[in-house]
Amino acid sequence: MATTTTPAPARPTTRSPERRRRRRAGWWLPFALVAPAVLLELLIHLVPMLTGIWVSFTQLTRFFIRNWTEAPFVGLRNYQVALDLDGAVGRGLLSSFLITCAYTVIVVGVSWALGMAAAVALQRRFRGRAFFRTLFLVPYALPVYAGIVTWNFMLQRDTGVINHLLVEDLGVLDERPFWLIGGRAFVSILVVAVWRLWPFAFLMLTAGLQSVPDDVYEAAAMDGAHAFRSWWSITLPMLRPVNTVLVLVMFLWVFNDFNTPYVLFGTSQPPAGDLISFHIYNASFLTWNFGAGAAMSVLLLLFLLLVTGVYLLLVNRRSRRA
Amino acid sequence: MNRRNLAALSLVPALLVATACSGGGGDGGGSGASGGGDVTLTYWASNQGTSLDNDREVLTPVLEEFTEETGIAVDLEVIGWSDLQTRIQTAVTSGQAPDVVNIGNTWAVSLQATGAFLPFDDAAMEAIGGADKFVETALQTGGAEGTDPTSVPLYGLAYGLYYNRAMFAEAGLEPPTTWEEMVAAAQALTDPDAGVHGMALAAGSYTENNHFAFINATQNGAELFDDDGNPTFTGDGVVDGIVRYLDLMQSDDVVNPGNAQYDNASLAVADFATGKAAMILNQNNANATIEANGMTPDQYGVVPLPAPADAPSDVASHVAGINMSVFANTEHPDEALQLVAHMTSEEVQTTLGKPFSSLPVLKDAEAVFTEDAEQAEIFTQIYNERSAPLPLVPAEDQFETTVGQAMNRMFATIATGGTVTAEDVREAMQAAQDQVQASVG
Repeated sequence: MATTTTPAPARPTTRSPERRRRRRAGWWLPFALVAPAVLLELLIHLVPMLTGIWVSFTQLTRFFIRNWTEAPFVGLRNYQVALDLDGAVGRGLLSSFLITCAYTVIVVGVSWALGMAAAVALQRRFRGRAFFRTLFLVPYALPVYAGIVTWNFMLQRDTGVINHLLVEDLGVLDERPFWLIGGRAFVSILVVAVWRLWPFAFLMLTAGLQSVPDDVYEAAAMDGAHAFRSWWSITLPMLRPVNTVLVLVMFLWVFNDFNTPYVLFGTSQPPAGDLISFHIYNASFLTWNFGAGAAMSVLLLLFLLLVTGVYLLLVNRRSRRA
Repeated sequence: MNRRNLAALSLVPALLVATACSGGGGDGGGSGASGGGDVTLTYWASNQGTSLDNDREVLTPVLEEFTEETGIAVDLEVIGWSDLQTRIQTAVTSGQAPDVVNIGNTWAVSLQATGAFLPFDDAAMEAIGGADKFVETALQTGGAEGTDPTSVPLYGLAYGLYYNRAMFAEAGLEPPTTWEEMVAAAQALTDPDAGVHGMALAAGSYTENNHFAFINATQNGAELFDDDGNPTFTGDGVVDGIVRYLDLMQSDDVVNPGNAQYDNASLAVADFATGKAAMILNQNNANATIEANGMTPDQYGVVPLPAPADAPSDVASHVAGINMSVFANTEHPDEALQLVAHMTSEEVQTTLGKPFSSLPVLKDAEAVFTEDAEQAEIFTQIYNERSAPLPLVPAEDQFETTVGQAMNRMFATIATGGTVTAEDVREAMQAAQDQVQASVG
């Protein structure tokens, strides 16, 4: 073929001094281009993180917020209080942590399942596919506040459309239940969070599916594979890299979710919707105890690092084996 | 050429920073209420009127008059209550603060503890017309006992029991003078099938709930903090007081359970004004909202919130209201004090009393928030004689959030069919107390 006519090995040797010189001339450009991003990354992420860790060892209360550096160093006391399960603060943090774990598992699981189902359903071309794709992405495109506040209105006990539908229109329930206080608040926040998150899973998985060639499915069909079998044996393995990242990103987002409880419940936050980011916000901003809040944040950071580390380790080990 | 590239490249972030700075500067500058002298004060006002815009409309002429008299321009920003405390916190932390700010008077001691506010010592007091001009209990809220206050009263407010005259007359009831009479009247007027309840409460609002924890506990003769500033929320008087208030929904059945979702006093006011509730407990700034909902002033009356017949104290309100503070790092302390003097002058107090439905904080001033002389007199009497300041300790604001939120949760339990016993209340108060104690140290 054409390669035989090209003296491939000779080219670099004849041109190398020139190219090396050119490289040397522009060597700084990539670094210079990356430098602002690196600097900003350090400034925006690392510095606040280190400040937070430092604050967690101090008793930064109202008496010192005017001059942070004067806050007395208290060593691990904030951590002791946060982890003391006999005390109200520690118990509150633990219960919030457990609620957040349950919330995360359910929201990520359901969002992924819905996203996958929709992405697979819209994988083949058909009339109206573009319409459904757009429709499914609407919750993701809506401003967070507007979307969640609308849910807040809909979930009101006396004036909300959901109770109107369930009690007056369909007659499923005899009495109007509360959706934003008491135990059902957990169900409400799950629904709202899934509603907001699943389009993201759908978007990522749709993009991932573009890279799965049609002929693999055709070959599988020729071999007699049914829809589920092709999904299980072709789609899922080929989407593996997408899923690895998708699940991790969704986990981190959902675990740290602040907007949903903050906008949905406002200041009257029910225990069943006491997610950890909001819990920490309350612990520091409402009580002006920034040291305690920082200690809780550091604990949260450690937990997320641990989970992420273990997750990546497991996933990488499995992919190496495969 | 390489150097030129490098120089050009390094210019980009520099330019970005420069534009960002100049953008910020542009924002901060020109929006003064009016021009005039060289000094421009920044003033953060709280939301007192029917909306933020309404506040601006009401305050602008008052501030323009100040600028005319003194040549000092004022850059006004009205901030909603949900944001005000966080904005003040941020200002204290960053040092990027306005010159003058309105605060909820119950935060005064908590904010004083930050050291970020100018103490009103004798000279400063003199500059604003002397401490004598203020109602004594109102001035007490300005700071911890035995210190120079860091805030002075601006607008006075007090709780009253509003009742629907027509409903009371129809049922042959008299306005209650004891808690027991109030409950009996509320029971007589409750008819859930008709959608009418004896009372409406903002039972999902922690700010409202904590006030009633305080008022009911104080009626029982209980204190929320000991002399060293440590919380004592688990005392019998406090627990009984909270149970009494919760029972309005739980065992007296005079409150719609839906009220557990009312996170804002105006929702209860709207129920009252539209005939869904016969009574509400509200501060005297309810009038504007009541009338906006179609109820005329002659259709309702007000009496002091009654205490139980055998209660040791007949306190009917906390000393509610708004205070004014000057940030200690202001570059214009004298001008800032001039603004405080102006806002607390008799003339401005009279001007603002009506639109903001506030009681005068000045000793000899007359209440102008209503044309109903009887109502004005009752509120003035409650404010001057039957109200007590919330605990004047630095952790007071934590009492508000922890106890108020615990009460939100207890109301939620009751509304969703659970029961809250005195023991449950004590447990919740223990948790709140532990939380406050953790930051008191």
